[in-house]
Amino acid sequence: MLSFETLSKTYTDGTQALSAVTVDVAPGEILALVGGSGCGKTTLLRLIAGLDRPSAGRIILNDETITVPRADVGVIFQEPRLFPWLSVAENVGFGLSHLSAFEREGLVTNALVRVGLAGHDGRWPRELSGGQQQRVAIARALVTRPKLLLMDEPFSALDATTRASLHGHLLALWAESRPTMVMVTHDVEEAVTLADRIVVMQPKPGRIFDEFDNPLARPRDRLSPAFDAAKRDVLRSLDRSLRDEAPHQQKTAETAGMWW
Amino acid sequence: MSALGVETAGAGERGGPSRPRPRRRMLALAGFALPVLLAVLWEIAVKAGLANGRLMPPPSVVGRTLWGLAASGELLTHAIATLWRVAAGFGLGAAAGTLLGAVTGALPVARGLLDPTLQALRAIPSIAWVPLFILWLGIFEASKVALIAVGVFFPVYLGVAAAIQGIDRKIVEVGRVFRLGRLAMVRRVLLPAILPDWITALRSGLGLGFMFVVAAEIMGASEGLGYLLVDGQQLGRPDTIIAAIISFAVLGKLADGLLVALTRPVLAWQDTARDKL
Repeated sequence: MLSFETLSKTYTDGTQALSAVTVDVAPGEILALVGGSGCGKTTLLRLIAGLDRPSAGRIILNDETITVPRADVGVIFQEPRLFPWLSVAENVGFGLSHLSAFEREGLVTNALVRVGLAGHDGRWPRELSGGQQQRVAIARALVTRPKLLLMDEPFSALDATTRASLHGHLLALWAESRPTMVMVTHDVEEAVTLADRIVVMQPKPGRIFDEFDNPLARPRDRLSPAFDAAKRDVLRSLDRSLRDEAPHQQKTAETAGMWW
Repeated sequence: MSALGVETAGAGERGGPSRPRPRRRMLALAGFALPVLLAVLWEIAVKAGLANGRLMPPPSVVGRTLWGLAASGELLTHAIATLWRVAAGFGLGAAAGTLLGAVTGALPVARGLLDPTLQALRAIPSIAWVPLFILWLGIFEASKVALIAVGVFFPVYLGVAAAIQGIDRKIVEVGRVFRLGRLAMVRRVLLPAILPDWITALRSGLGLGFMFVVAAEIMGASEGLGYLLVDGQQLGRPDTIIAAIISFAVLGKLADGLLVALTRPVLAWQDTARDKL
């Protein structure tokens, strides 16, 4: 279980990025954080990753407070952030240095097959496309079998086709070991495609505005009316959050019975 | 699980795209065109009586002198003496520059403590150390090597410190996500990240090493290319001086070429425009 308890973050320049955020995430759940710019989504993710410390409140993962990066927490950033001086295989195996070369090679090869990059082991990152690089980053984060996977807009720089492919890949990989996942995204369609629950955040200071449980069964049909309705409800909530209105989770006739 | 279709990578095999070799060879040869042209023009001017060539001997005279020095073994003796001094000074200066640059670049406390003093020392013209080094270390090899090491130290120190401070924060964060300790972070992330800048700094240091060996050998030596310069001056032999200068240029270029060749394999990962320009 992952819990944020009245989490707040104020930077040294006085900017309050987060204010009293409280959320519980069940084991194996995929939680999406959506919201306008500056609503603290990335700040929240960095706190969970242990890359920054909260000003108040705490983050608890399996009864332990997170204060520094942990071995069982994987992170996929917005950019692939591969080490350019390491080959694809060396990048994927970066977090496996405690294993023997034989074990590492097996895991890396398997991870590369899983993300569709079999045979690319010896290539340099510069020789890969943006989508391929992001797949390497996904493989690197998942090869260590983390219990919690954090993703900060991991597909935002990719074209729609590549993004859709990677969604499928990610879900397939998630289904294997079912890590808890927290993802930040600007893309509501992506949130509805991937997440079990969607949290809408509001800026100045960053706080939770609204929450939606996603009842759509997987695999989700992006062309279905239910998917469309779910998307619209989240978009409506986002609009309200930006206009500083009340969350107001009133169901429309169209979405009633499909989304809630 | 179905795998995505494997996309073909944009570039060629590991190690980069194939280079247009004939064009590169032509460009390399083009570099000789200007000096050869000037040498030929000067030779013609002296032969035609347009210049007497006493203070600036023509290439044929310099060539004869070089050949004579080489045939007698004198040139090799001088070259080895110079190279040994440069190698020793470069080794010491580069090691110290790398170590202190890494420490001050990575540790704010060390930066606050050491950098102001080192920057102040950098402002001292290196030749100003000569009397002190002679007093401290004597007139023989140690003072010469020390002077060269001082010359090499500062570009390497500055290059390494600046490179470490300029490392992309995002890359370091990946290291933190993988919970690298301080030493592992240095070994697995910081040092590889600064490798290209470090090699550039080493090349600058090596160039300065060759500048400082001249000063070191002029200040008192019985062998070395710098000694050959002084000898030519005292004997009124400009051809010997030019022969020594040419030898310096050749040795400096060869040493730099060797450094580039040795380090090229570890920079194969770089995505540079070198092959496209």
